[in-house]
Parts: sequence; structure tokens; C-alpha cells
Amino acid sequence: MNKIWLVIKREYLTRVRNRTFILSTILLPLFFIGFIFASAYFSISSHEKQKIAVADSNGIFKNGFESDDLVTYEFPADVNAGNFKEKGYSAFLKIPENYGSSADSISLISTKQLGIETEDKIKDQIDQAIKNQAFLKNNIDKKLLDSINKINDESSYQFRTVVKQGNKTEKSNSALSYGIGYGSGFLIYMTLFIYGAAVMRGVMEEKMNRIAEVIISSVKPFQLMMGKIIGIAAVGITQLLIWILLIIVLSSISTSFFASDALQHAQAVNSSIGAAGQSSAALNFMNAKSTFLSANWGLIIPCFLFYFVAGYLFYASLFAAVGSVVNEDPQEAQSLMLPITMPIILSFVIMTTAVGKPDSPIAVWASIIPFSSPIVMMGRIPSGNVPAWQIIVSMLSLIAGFILTTMLAGKIYRTGILLYGKKVTFKEMGKWLFRKA
Amino acid sequence: MAILELQHLKKYYATHKAVDDISFSIPEGSIFGLLGPNGAGKTTLLRMITGIFYPDSGQIFFDGKKFKPEDDIAKIGYMPEERGLYKKMKIGEQALYLAMLKGMSRKDAMKKIKEWFVKFEMESWWNKKVNDLSKGMGQKLQFVTTVLHDPKLLILDEPFSGLDPVNSNLIKDEIFKLAKNGATIIFSTHRMEQVEEICNNIVLVNNGKKILDGTVKQVKDDFKEHIFKVGFDQLPESFSSSAFEIIDSKENSFNVKIINGNKPANVLQEFLNHKAEIISFNEVLPSLNDIFIKVAGSKN
Repeated sequence: MNKIWLVIKREYLTRVRNRTFILSTILLPLFFIGFIFASAYFSISSHEKQKIAVADSNGIFKNGFESDDLVTYEFPADVNAGNFKEKGYSAFLKIPENYGSSADSISLISTKQLGIETEDKIKDQIDQAIKNQAFLKNNIDKKLLDSINKINDESSYQFRTVVKQGNKTEKSNSALSYGIGYGSGFLIYMTLFIYGAAVMRGVMEEKMNRIAEVIISSVKPFQLMMGKIIGIAAVGITQLLIWILLIIVLSSISTSFFASDALQHAQAVNSSIGAAGQSSAALNFMNAKSTFLSANWGLIIPCFLFYFVAGYLFYASLFAAVGSVVNEDPQEAQSLMLPITMPIILSFVIMTTAVGKPDSPIAVWASIIPFSSPIVMMGRIPSGNVPAWQIIVSMLSLIAGFILTTMLAGKIYRTGILLYGKKVTFKEMGKWLFRKA
Repeated sequence: MAILELQHLKKYYATHKAVDDISFSIPEGSIFGLLGPNGAGKTTLLRMITGIFYPDSGQIFFDGKKFKPEDDIAKIGYMPEERGLYKKMKIGEQALYLAMLKGMSRKDAMKKIKEWFVKFEMESWWNKKVNDLSKGMGQKLQFVTTVLHDPKLLILDEPFSGLDPVNSNLIKDEIFKLAKNGATIIFSTHRMEQVEEICNNIVLVNNGKKILDGTVKQVKDDFKEHIFKVGFDQLPESFSSSAFEIIDSKENSFNVKIINGNKPANVLQEFLNHKAEIISFNEVLPSLNDIFIKVAGSKN
């Protein structure tokens, strides 16, 4: 036991001290957060005033478009797609006579991207104008229409879905659980490959360097294999924890950054209606954050950690077994890895459908069978619809699964690690499983 | 007393019998040569002695007790023929790691490493990586990591391959010193001249079977062909004798083979009777190389 601890320590320290590890661990979340920051920043800072020239050949939109403090609409006669820039407009909106037909389309011409927000506003204006037009055509009173529209503008509401199970009621958000399920399933899929390959490379390195024989004259091959697997698992957990910590720190920094903005927004709303859009990005961010916190993290995080570790343990020993039988030829590794990578990729594919239909039979079965359960179950859990018995059976069978794969892989490893210069077939590996040491 | 005793060891693979019923014992404090051509089963035998493989049948006794790999490998040092070290690990840390895997405490290991590094003039290597070492330097490091824990039994598989004469001698001297201090050394090789120089006992294996074993002297005696080299000031005229026949004649000497159950003294007498001016008279013993080729060749 003391020896396996030494092996774990070596595997862990040599990797954690490695420059690549430090860089990738710190840079990845920084890059990720930086990306979110940058897109948030640009969506706020892109609030320059836009002046849109509208060419409305029917004349029906002239009074339908309402300018606000960001986007103003003008209907000059002498402006066209060629000269709107010189005339001081940021874009030219062309509404053809027969805008409803498929041949003609309403087109917005600009020299640079206006941004999604502005485009959405313009589309809203067009929709509203068309709707108003239709109402007026059907003799609805203009005043009545205005008052209806006003109600619509002022009523702000939030849409929530609630899932009832017996007498337990949970708030839920389909898009969120989809996102979390997909994200965590994907993360497990990635880590299986990243850390599994790390185990395989480590074993290959020891075999190629011929140090394996030196080491196993001091420790048992199984101890060496398990030491490596656990050491690398510890590296993975370290990396994950650093990421989680960085995300918490950085998101609280960003929250305080947006919070002041959102506060100003709230005051602006109080003092003058119509300042909408000023800080909608900040508000969106706060909303997103509160929605994000509404997920059932108390279940998701422990489950994620379990499937992350157990799924890794299930596959890592198989990767170790492959590493032990490979000789110098890396192509050999490719073909030997196929039986391991196929179920991982397949479970990823099942997961992508399972997040949408968490209760479909294939999703249920795949989340219980150990080969695919780490990835597929994480796709299902955020939906909140997974019965406890399924989670328990899935976890137990995964534990049984990794004990089994570790035992079998250990037998292959033990023989493979000392075998040089010979291409090993699956048939031979099968024989090794039933042989004494 | 035997430090290691092998009884009827067998290890069969699907296609061949790597070790087929081999028994021998190794006296404590001896330098023991394990000889055999490539593929004879030496490595498999060594792997069983180091606890890496379990024999299919047969028994190993270590230090008077049944061999228990978990406990006993701490008393064994093994330097495999294909040696290896972690290429990217610092040399000092690596030595420390390997010593601690053998069960040494960190403190003891550090002390030992420093001693050996000074002895082998390696002190400045501590923070280097194996990648930065020459092949010869790597071999020295490998030897040091093998003996750090003062093994009772030291197993060296071709320890001199790749070493220059200076470092060869350095390691050879250390081997003698370790043996003098009570360690037993198993020295596996197919280079016979080294065996004659270093070993006192040998066992010769081929095709998984033991061909012969014993002290070097005894083996040579067993294979001697009663040939004597008689040196002269001046070659005598040849004459025929019933006591010997001349099988080779050189400038100033004959190689004679004693026949018909005669004694060396009879041969000498005959030469003296013919007034030959003898200046030397030695028995010609076969070299281990000759024995090896003879035995290994005949079995093939």
C-alpha cells in the first residue's frame, strides 16, 4: 500500500509540475471567461445610435415605425442602396412592394454588422407594423389598437415551467437542463479521452523506456498500473477543481461588474420609461445567472463527480491495457484503441439525443449500462426526471463494471508490459485473461 | 549455505517451454554466473527469481525460507538487460523514488544516494535529466539505483554491455566489494571471458534446461581433455609413445593428449627419457567459451 502511494505521488507530481499542465489548467478557463466577457462587452458597447433609411415603396410603414434612442428611422426619398452611407445613414432598409412573396425579400443593407440586438429591433418594428396594418385593414380602431399595444409593452413577465412529481414540485427550465446535460456529458466524454490517453501514453512510455521491468521488480504490475491510474485521476480532479474555483472567482468578479450596470438600469427604468435596451445585456446576464442557479446543482454536482471519476476508472484500465501491449508502432495503438473509443463515441451520440428525450428507452438503458452510463446519465440527470432507482442501479453497475475492467485489464497489462517486439492480437489477449501470472 | 535454491522450476508458454525443470542452488556470498545463449530461458528464470513471474511449478527458497515475492524483493536488486529510467525525471529524484520503492525510508535513501554519487563522481548530476546523460553515464546511474538498498541478492543481466573499459572496471570493482561484504551476485551473460574472470560458480542453461552447474574449476575439470602443454628450449625430435599423442605443435611447444590412462608424470618421464629440455609443463583446461560452444552446440 505504501508503494502504491509512492507510485501515485510520482505520477501526480511529475504531471502537475509540468508546464503544459499549468498552462492548460489556467489558460483554458481564462480563455473561456475572456470569451464570455468579450461578447458581453461588445454587446453593450455596440449601442451606438443607428440611423436607418427606409425605402418603403408601399408607404404603409411610414407611420408604423417608432424610433427609440438607439435606432431612428427616416423615410427620405433620395436615398438608395448605393448612397445611404454618404447621406449619413448607417443602414438602408428596403421594403419591396410585394414583400410577402417569396421572390422579393425585405433587405437590410449596411456596410458593417449592426449586431443581433439592432437587427431584432428592426424585425420587431416590421412585425409590429405589418400586424398594425392588418388590424387597421379590418377596421380596428386606431386608438384601441394603440392601447392594446401599450398593455403589451408594459406587461413584463417571466415564463417558468414547473415539473410536478407526486407532491414534489420543482422549478425547471428545459433549455437549461438541456445545456447542463449536454455540457456535463460532453465534459465527461472529453475527459475520458484526455485522461484515458494520458494513462495509455504513460504506460507506453514506461514500456518503451524499459523502466517497467525495473519498477516491477519492486512493486507488483497491478500496483504500478493502479498507481498510475489513480495518480492521473488525481491530476484530473485537481484540474477540475481549479477550473471550478476559477469559474466561481471570475464569475463573482463579473457579477459585480454587471451588477453596478444593472443597478443603473433599474434607476433609469424608474425615472424614465424608454431607456430599455441601455443595459439589457447586463440584465440578461443577471437573469441568466439566476436561471443558472435554479438548476438542481445539489444533485448534478455530486453525480457529475461520481461519473467523472467512476467513468474514468472504468475506461482508464482499458487504456492502460492497450498501452501495455503496444510496441514502437503508434498505428498499432490506433487499431487496438478502437474497441475502447467506439463505445465512448457511441455513448456521446446517445447522450446528444438523451438530453432532448431523457425518458426514451435507449437513453434509459444506455444510462444504466456501464459502458455508456457515465456520459449518457449526465445527459439525463439535469432534466430532473430520472428516478432514483435508475441512478442507483447505474452507479452500482458502473462500480461493478470498473472493478471488472480493472481486473481484466490488469491481467493483460501484466503480460503485455514485459513483452517486446511482438504484435499482439486480441485472441492472444483473450488467452492472457485466463492465465496465471 | 545457499541464499537461493531453485527446485524443479517450470514455466511453459503456449508455444515453448521457457524454463523446463531447472534446479540449482546459489551459495551465499558467491558470484554466480547464469550462462546460456540468447533465448535459453535466462530472463524468464531471472523474472521468477525477482518475483515478476510465478513458476508454473517448482519451488524457490530464498535465505532458507520459501520465497515470498512481496517481502523478499526488498532484499533483491535487479538490473535487467534492457535497462530503463524515466527520461524526463531528475536523476536525484529518480534514484530516491526507486530506492523508496524498495522500501527504504527517505532519510536512509538520501544518505545512500549521496554516498554512491560521491563514489561514482555523480554529485553534480542531481538535477539533470536522464535525457542529458550519455549512455555510459546512464548505465552507471542504473547500477547505482540497483544497489542503493544494499540487496542481499544482486541480479545483474549483462551489466557491462555498453560500458567503456574504465567504467567497466569501476563497476567490476564494486561487484567484488559487494560480494566481499556478503552480498550474493547473480551475473547473467553470454560473454564467457567475463565469467571466468569474475564468477566462482556457474550454471549453464540452454533451451530451458540446465546443462551443467558447479564451480568454475569443477566445470573445467569435468570438461578437461587431459591435454598438456609442454614447453621446450628447443623442440625435441619427435618420437612415438603409448602414453600420449601430440595433437598440436607450435614453435617451442607441443600440446599433448594423455592416453591409455597414463598420468602426467608418465608423460613427463617419457620426455625426460628422450632428453628433451623441458622448461614448462601445464595442463590446458578448456575455456568456458569452448565448453559453452561444445555443450550448447551439441544440444542444438
